[in-house]
Amino acid sequence: MNMSGMTTAITPTPKVAAMNETKVSARDVQVYYGDKHAIRDVNIEIRSRTVTAFIGPSGCGKSTFLRCINRMNDTIASCRVEGNISIDSENIYDPKVDPVQLRAKVGMVFQKPNPFPKSIFENVAYGPRIHGLAAKKSDLDDIVASALQKAGLWNEVKDRLDSPGTGLSGGQQQRLCIARAVAVSPEVILMDEPCSALDPIATAKVEELIHELRENFTIVIVTHSMQQAARVSQRTAMFHLGNLVEENDTDKMFTNPDDQRTQDYIMGRFG
Amino acid sequence: MSVGLIFLVVLVLAAAGYFVGRARALSLSAQSGRKLHSLPSYYGQTVALFIAVPAFFVLIAWLFIQPIVIDSRVNGMVPDSVIPDGGARSLVISDVRRIANGLDAVLSRDAIDESALTDGSIDFSSIRGRLADVGVALVGDVPTEVFEAAKAYRQGAKFGNMMMTVAVLLVAIAFGAWSYTWIRPDMRARNISETFIKALLIASSTVAILTTAGIVGSLVFETINFFKMYPASDFFFSTVWNPQFRGGSDLGIWPLLWGTLYISLIALLVAVPIGLMIAIYLAEYASKAVRSVAKPMIEVLAGIPTIVYGLFALITVGPFLRDYFAQPMGLGSSSSSVLTAGLVMGIMIIPFVSSLSDDIINAVPQSLRDGSYGLGATQSETIKKVILPAALPGVVGAILLAASRAIGETMIVVLGAGAAAKLDLNPFEAMTTVTVKIVSQLTGDTEFASPETLVAFALGLTLFVITLGLNVVALYIVRKYREQYE
Ligand SMILES: Nc1ncnc2c1ncn2[C@@H]1O[C@H](COP(=O)(O)OP(=O)(O)OP(=O)(O)O)[C@@H](O)[C@H]1O
Ligand SMILES: [Mg+2]
Repeated sequence: MNMSGMTTAITPTPKVAAMNETKVSARDVQVYYGDKHAIRDVNIEIRSRTVTAFIGPSGCGKSTFLRCINRMNDTIASCRVEGNISIDSENIYDPKVDPVQLRAKVGMVFQKPNPFPKSIFENVAYGPRIHGLAAKKSDLDDIVASALQKAGLWNEVKDRLDSPGTGLSGGQQQRLCIARAVAVSPEVILMDEPCSALDPIATAKVEELIHELRENFTIVIVTHSMQQAARVSQRTAMFHLGNLVEENDTDKMFTNPDDQRTQDYIMGRFG
Repeated sequence: MSVGLIFLVVLVLAAAGYFVGRARALSLSAQSGRKLHSLPSYYGQTVALFIAVPAFFVLIAWLFIQPIVIDSRVNGMVPDSVIPDGGARSLVISDVRRIANGLDAVLSRDAIDESALTDGSIDFSSIRGRLADVGVALVGDVPTEVFEAAKAYRQGAKFGNMMMTVAVLLVAIAFGAWSYTWIRPDMRARNISETFIKALLIASSTVAILTTAGIVGSLVFETINFFKMYPASDFFFSTVWNPQFRGGSDLGIWPLLWGTLYISLIALLVAVPIGLMIAIYLAEYASKAVRSVAKPMIEVLAGIPTIVYGLFALITVGPFLRDYFAQPMGLGSSSSSVLTAGLVMGIMIIPFVSSLSDDIINAVPQSLRDGSYGLGATQSETIKKVILPAALPGVVGAILLAASRAIGETMIVVLGAGAAAKLDLNPFEAMTTVTVKIVSQLTGDTEFASPETLVAFALGLTLFVITLGLNVVALYIVRKYREQYE
């Protein structure tokens, strides 16, 4: 797949030119769970400051591949990753790379909101604290406030930063988790079905938020909703049975996909 | 009929009632062409429950009341004159009971007819020898009054048992028959057996609650007796424990309480850090294989009888601490010491802390770990900042459970720390605890009349209040934490 050629062809204005750079690049990635071959020969370029959506039927390996990008798969004993994934041309599976440091650079938001059993403030301050991002208490306050603002949650919680994060509504909890990820200033944010546990209004808020975050972050989102993929993403990748079937501009993907399987999946013929 | 047999017969009746009731429900519904309200088995169950439950209720009540009635009757037949000097009436009454039970064996062994007991055709002056032959040893000759009382006791028990059999079976049959005739297709058998089951469950929990109330009640009652003989202020504020069986004892609780708290504190200082670290290792770091071997091996510690720990304290830990620490440091030369008992007790309660905490840590949702790792936290940061705080209420509970184990422990203290009641800060000094003193105040004397024995109840009640207090504190901590985080 020759991504770079395609990218230049469809980027008309200089303002979007920053989007052209490749942020994450995967080469011949294989993932095994024990004997099970879950990801086969995946090659993909994920562009900087772009929302890339992963779609595909259940069990096709979207989450598995997503978790390769911040090496969360390292926490699963049976999981083995082969091939090469690089962020800013640095191979993240190099033995010299510390996965813990990597995860500060590549944040993650999970399917179910998982705030820590701590106050709202402490939830957001958790990452900055462990990475020593704030020298003074006032710095920490600023980081927390700006993260909550970026996550669109500030106005709702600014008067009760000390109340427990688990006491928020599901949608607020998910935005709190996004704020938590944003607070460590990652470069890439991975989202695994971030709206699947939310109602339509909360979903709309999170989608709007993703839209804004795109200015500063590279976002990869796994979703089961075609509409969501179409609404929030610029690029879409379709997985099937562990293979990357097609990766294309979202507009093209949903109007005139190259691959028959993508067509079938989008038309709801399987999945 | 013996109680066991009555029990079996009622069970058989209930089983029969089940099938009969079920069959009747089916046939009635077939005859009248009306649909049964409930499944047929519920009609059977209703009959069975009506047979068994009231009958068992009567049986249990009878077993409680009959001895009381008979004892009071027999009591009246024993005149004060036959009670030996300095002896207790209760001892004579218990002789009466033993003779009554022994008579059965005598009769069957010597093939004597029942009537011989009453018509005087056999000479029972040698009754003591005869009883001794069947294994009932008596201290002195049996006075006629006592023998007569024993015969009355025996008669009463026989008659009572017969009446009990009749009453229980009558109740079973009467209720069974009544519920049987009550069966109609539209009877709500399902709801009836539901009510019955609910009542049974409530009755069971009532038994547990009443037992607790009874235990506390008897403790309080005897404690009040104690405080009538011994001033409460001395008990609670004196720092001397020096019981004298001739009277004039000092029974201050402080030396014992101090020993208890000191030893428990050392035990917890040993068990909590080690236990928690074991739990964290097992839950977060150990591979499946290591865990499956290590966890049961640690739990074996909990299965070792405390007397074995006591021996370990006595012959290994005690002398070791004395030879290598106490004597070189000039802190004493006793091989029984607070430290010995505390260390060994700490080892004993490690599995309580580790096993419970391990379960609790495992119950912390994986999503919290993922969230923390996803933010770039290391494993130990995740444990310290996310997992332990989330597991804290449960861990506090585990620690308090371990603490109440430590406070109630006796055997290790007797063998490890000795039995000397002392108020001292030196951990190499022999001391003792409340439980040990409860045992030593009660052994060898069954008469609860002097402050020296009754003090055991006051000690027991104090211990009970302390443990209760611990539990209340634990609940409070847990609840407060929950309010904050959920
Ligand atoms: N921890 C694991 N151990 C073993 N197999 C796994 C594990 N996680 C996922 N798999 C397997 O890998 C394959 C891909 O799973 P993955 O979770 O990536 O699918 P997915 O595309 O995210 O599906 P969904 O849309 O349902 O979330 C599946 O067949 C799954 O059974
Ligand atoms: Mg998934």
